[in-house]
Amino acid sequence: MKPASFDYVRATTLEEAVGVLAADDGVTVIAGGQSLLPMLNLRVTAAETLLDITRLEELKAVRETGEQVFIGALVTHASIEDGIAREAFGGLLQRVASKIAYRAVRNLGTVGGSVVLSDPSADWPACLLALDATAVLASASGQRRVALSEFLVDAYETALEPGEILTGFEISRRNAGGWGVGKVARKSGAFADSLAVAVLGRAGQATRIALSGTASCAQPMARVAALLDEEPGAQAEQLARAIRADITDAHEEATPYQERCHLHTVMSAITEARQSWS
Amino acid sequence: MELTLTINGKTETLSVDARDSLSDVIREKLNLTGTHVGCDHGACGACTVHLDGIPVRSCIVLAVRCEGSEVRTIEGTRGDDAMNVIRRHFHEKHALQCGFCTPGMLMMASDIIRRYGRPDEKQVRSELSGQICRCTGYMGIVAAIVAAADELAGEPAAG
Repeated sequence: MKPASFDYVRATTLEEAVGVLAADDGVTVIAGGQSLLPMLNLRVTAAETLLDITRLEELKAVRETGEQVFIGALVTHASIEDGIAREAFGGLLQRVASKIAYRAVRNLGTVGGSVVLSDPSADWPACLLALDATAVLASASGQRRVALSEFLVDAYETALEPGEILTGFEISRRNAGGWGVGKVARKSGAFADSLAVAVLGRAGQATRIALSGTASCAQPMARVAALLDEEPGAQAEQLARAIRADITDAHEEATPYQERCHLHTVMSAITEARQSWS
Repeated sequence: MELTLTINGKTETLSVDARDSLSDVIREKLNLTGTHVGCDHGACGACTVHLDGIPVRSCIVLAVRCEGSEVRTIEGTRGDDAMNVIRRHFHEKHALQCGFCTPGMLMMASDIIRRYGRPDEKQVRSELSGQICRCTGYMGIVAAIVAAADELAGEPAAG
C-alpha cells in the first residue's frame, strides 16, 4: 500500500516553514504523521506537497513561567508521558498522554498534530479545551492567538487559515482544584468512544468539562460545569440531568450506546476530580 | 530523492521516492526482510523498528523523514546481549507460532524492558496492546518478556 505521489519539502526554521506555506496553498504540514500517514496510505486523503516541520526546534519547546505553561506543537505524547511539564497541572497532561494509542505511536505523534487534525475522538482537544488553552498560530504576516474553544470548529476543521502554522499552546496556571478523566475505548489504545476531561474550578475560576467522541470536535459541557460551581456538592441524579442536557447539545443523534458512554465518562471524570481535590 | 541514514550501524545513501515509507525502504531497498509489514497503516505493530533508539511503526514513517537518523531493525540485534536473552525466553516460553509478529514483538519488548526495568504482567500486557499476534493468545509472549526482564535485572525469575 502506498500513498499517491506527493512532493516533499523539509523546513528547518519557522520562518522557512511559513514562507513555504505563504508561497503555495497546496501544501500540507506533516509533523509526527501518525494520523496523516495512515490516512495517506489508505488514500482517504491526499497531498500535493508535504511540508515536514519535524526539525523546527522552536516548536519542541516547553516553557513554564509563574503564570502559564507553553507546550510546543511538536512535543510528543511520549515526552509528556515521560514527565515533561508533569507538575504543571497536577499530572493531567501525563495521564492524558499515556492513554493515547500505543507507545510506538506516542513516540512520534505530537500534541499539535492531534489538535490540528481535530479528530472527533482525539484526546488532546478535550484536555486542552478543559484547560482553556490558547492556540498560538504563526504565518508570514505574524502571530495570533486563538482560544481553543474558537480554534476547534468541527470534525477535522479548525480556525487555522491558509498560510498559518500552529506553534504551540499557552495554558494558564489556573488554580485548578482537581481534575479527572473518563475514557471508554473498545481496547486499550483504540480511539475513544467517549472521553471526558473535568477540571474543577477554585478561587473564582470556573469549572470546565470537555467531551470527545461526539460527531463533531471536542465539546464543552457547560451545564454540568456551571452546576458544579453553583452547588459543589451536587448529587449524582442532579449531575446526570445536567450531563444529559449537555450531551443533547454536544452530540446530535447520538445512539443510546454513545449516550451511555458519554454519561459514564463525564460522571467518572467528575468523580475522579472530586476525589483528587478532597 | 536522496536519503542518507544509518541502518544497523552502517551508513547508507539511497535513492527513494518521497512517498516511500521507512518499511518500504528497509525491505525493498535494503533487503532487510526481517521487518514484517502486516497492515501498512499503523494498526498491527509488526513493522516496529527503532528510530534513533525508540520504537516506531516503520509503515507510517516517511523514509525521507529519517535523513541523518539511526535505524535499527531486528537484523541489527544479533550481537545485542539483552535481545539474545529476550529471544531465548521467547523460544522457551513458546512465544511464537507463525513468527510474523515476532520481530515487532522483540523490538517492542526490548523497549518495554529498557523503560520499566522489571515490568509486571499487567504492565507488559498494557504496553503490548499495540502489537497484534493472531497465533499465541499472548500468554507465552507476556511470560517471555517478564522472565527476560527478571533475568536481565539479575533477579531470580518469579514462579
